[in-house]
Amino acid sequence: MIDLKDKLVLCLGERDGIAAPALQACVESAGAEVIYAETQCFV
Amino acid sequence: MDLEEQGNIARLVASGQHDRMVAMLGTPNPASTRMVAMTLRDGDPSYAGPLAGIPLGLPVYHILEDQVRENIDPDVYEYEVGPMEFVLDRDGIINALQFIREAKAA
Amino acid sequence: MSVEGVVQPVVRSAVFSMVHVPGIVLSGSKPRREIVHSKNGLRQQIVSNFRSFADAVAYPPHQVMLGNLPPEALSQIERPWHLHPMPNALPEGPGGRFIDEATFYAWMARGDCARLLRFNGNLPPAMETALAAHANGAKIQKIDKTAMADAIVNGAEPFFMGDTNPVGVLLPAHDEDESLMAPVLLENAAAKVTGAIALLDLLKKYNDLPVDHLLGCGEEAVGDRYQRGGGNLAKAIGEMAPGSIAGGTDVKSFCAGGIHAMLFGAALIASGMHRRVVVVAGGSLPKLGMKFRGHLQSGYPILEDVLVGVAIDLTADDGISPILRLDCSSFHRLGQGSAAHQMTDALSAGPLYAHHLRLSDVDRYAVELHNPDITEPAGSGNVPFNNYQILAAIAAKKGEIKREQMPEFVASHGMPGFSPTQGHIASALPYLPHAIAGLTTGTMKRVQFVAKASLFLGRMTGASDGASLLIERNPSLISHQQKKGG
Repeated sequence: MIDLKDKLVLCLGERDGIAAPALQACVESAGAEVIYAETQCFV
Repeated sequence: MDLEEQGNIARLVASGQHDRMVAMLGTPNPASTRMVAMTLRDGDPSYAGPLAGIPLGLPVYHILEDQVRENIDPDVYEYEVGPMEFVLDRDGIINALQFIREAKAA
Repeated sequence: MSVEGVVQPVVRSAVFSMVHVPGIVLSGSKPRREIVHSKNGLRQQIVSNFRSFADAVAYPPHQVMLGNLPPEALSQIERPWHLHPMPNALPEGPGGRFIDEATFYAWMARGDCARLLRFNGNLPPAMETALAAHANGAKIQKIDKTAMADAIVNGAEPFFMGDTNPVGVLLPAHDEDESLMAPVLLENAAAKVTGAIALLDLLKKYNDLPVDHLLGCGEEAVGDRYQRGGGNLAKAIGEMAPGSIAGGTDVKSFCAGGIHAMLFGAALIASGMHRRVVVVAGGSLPKLGMKFRGHLQSGYPILEDVLVGVAIDLTADDGISPILRLDCSSFHRLGQGSAAHQMTDALSAGPLYAHHLRLSDVDRYAVELHNPDITEPAGSGNVPFNNYQILAAIAAKKGEIKREQMPEFVASHGMPGFSPTQGHIASALPYLPHAIAGLTTGTMKRVQFVAKASLFLGRMTGASDGASLLIERNPSLISHQQKKGG
């Protein structure tokens, strides 16, 4: 299992999947630091 | 993955503490998961973007994986991901990542 | 349902203009950027995968756009749909019409009020014929090959028909103003003209009432350096219509602009301020060819080769047309959450439950109706199917259905995606002609239109937006039919 605590996370979200703000909220709750967060939209 | 995003990621990874970095995906299906994970692992498969031929070697995870979920506050996970867990093709997405990881090991 | 003293707004008609423009695909944002970076004949690879006008017309999803085929019929056609063209397909139908590239360029000349278009002195015969037939007497300015090459070096944007020689260019309107660069102006002009074609077609169909107001809802940004995106393309579109149209305003919210504009238009009618409001939008040129790499890899033709405009006719109650339930609509609020399931809960379940309706009480949901054959090869999945799955998941969460009944819910309340990936156009609007038919001559009772917007793409917020609108069979029609029946 990966331990997210103190990791520097790049959140690569997608509008039709899980968007970056949701990824960010999740990994921050696990003690990680978000260094990049972007949501792609292909439509 | 868009060219501009590849450029941003390449710069970020080159400038920072590579060994602490992790990519977390929210891709919606197995195909997009495979594409993004491969781009991050091996470089841009279309040879068009800034990551063409540049393997970043970042560990790549998906938010729907159990080993990721176990880290996350359940209330936060329920609010942010909620029913998307069974709306998206979770098994297919996890298999796609597993395939990329095993291919790497081989 | 109706409130005393309030005029009931209805939707009478929705007309689409579809334009097949492979020659402008090269000006689409993605192809344009990647052709510049490529070293291996990418332009040629793209051009050799263009399809013909006849193929674009016979493409089954386009026949659904034109109203010649119900969306459900696509479920019976094997994918990819371009391998199963419709025999004897017509370029027009109750939902609108399809025009070819040459006709579109002639319309561009017609709409060129700033006189920035220059045509090649040596045009293909089809282009000459189209200019004579559709430019509406606009003066056509032609230049020779050398002048055209000079213009391109100096920032003009070329446009093509087939081969590598441009049939014309659009000049920049200023040397230094980024908002008036030729590619920006071409995008805006294409939006103006596709919107105008739809508006004129609508006015041909219904010319009984003056149009009091136009509401533009496209995704273009019109303005110069001092008011980039200042807008009001609606009035520019209206100017191309015969007669006088009193006013215009643009309503902006990315892909959700159309539903927002319908809500505002309906509110203008309900308030008594206007009797007839037309919601109008042109197509999105930058989105052309966005997923060309996926299409090339899959051996598909370049499927994002169509611009689409729309004109939606909103009037005061005529006793027949479906009513717009302003009381059962919603705007996404700050704080409601931008995740897909949070938005669906707020936009779909929210207004329905407030009126003691269940998700299952809505016959059909018009969501983001992007054609999956366009999105899947690029890894973007099946967008409408995803939307319907989320709706079903919410219905399950609320106890309306069991989790194992989700596929059944999706099948009975959803539909296959059939719209070109034209953002604001694809967001629920293409179902309007089908819904209007289903709610008048058909058996449907209510349809919910839902649109979402990726506001975060503009980097000014991390949030999304959305809006929904419930459209119902006209109560007068119900009582009339009951009398007739019994």
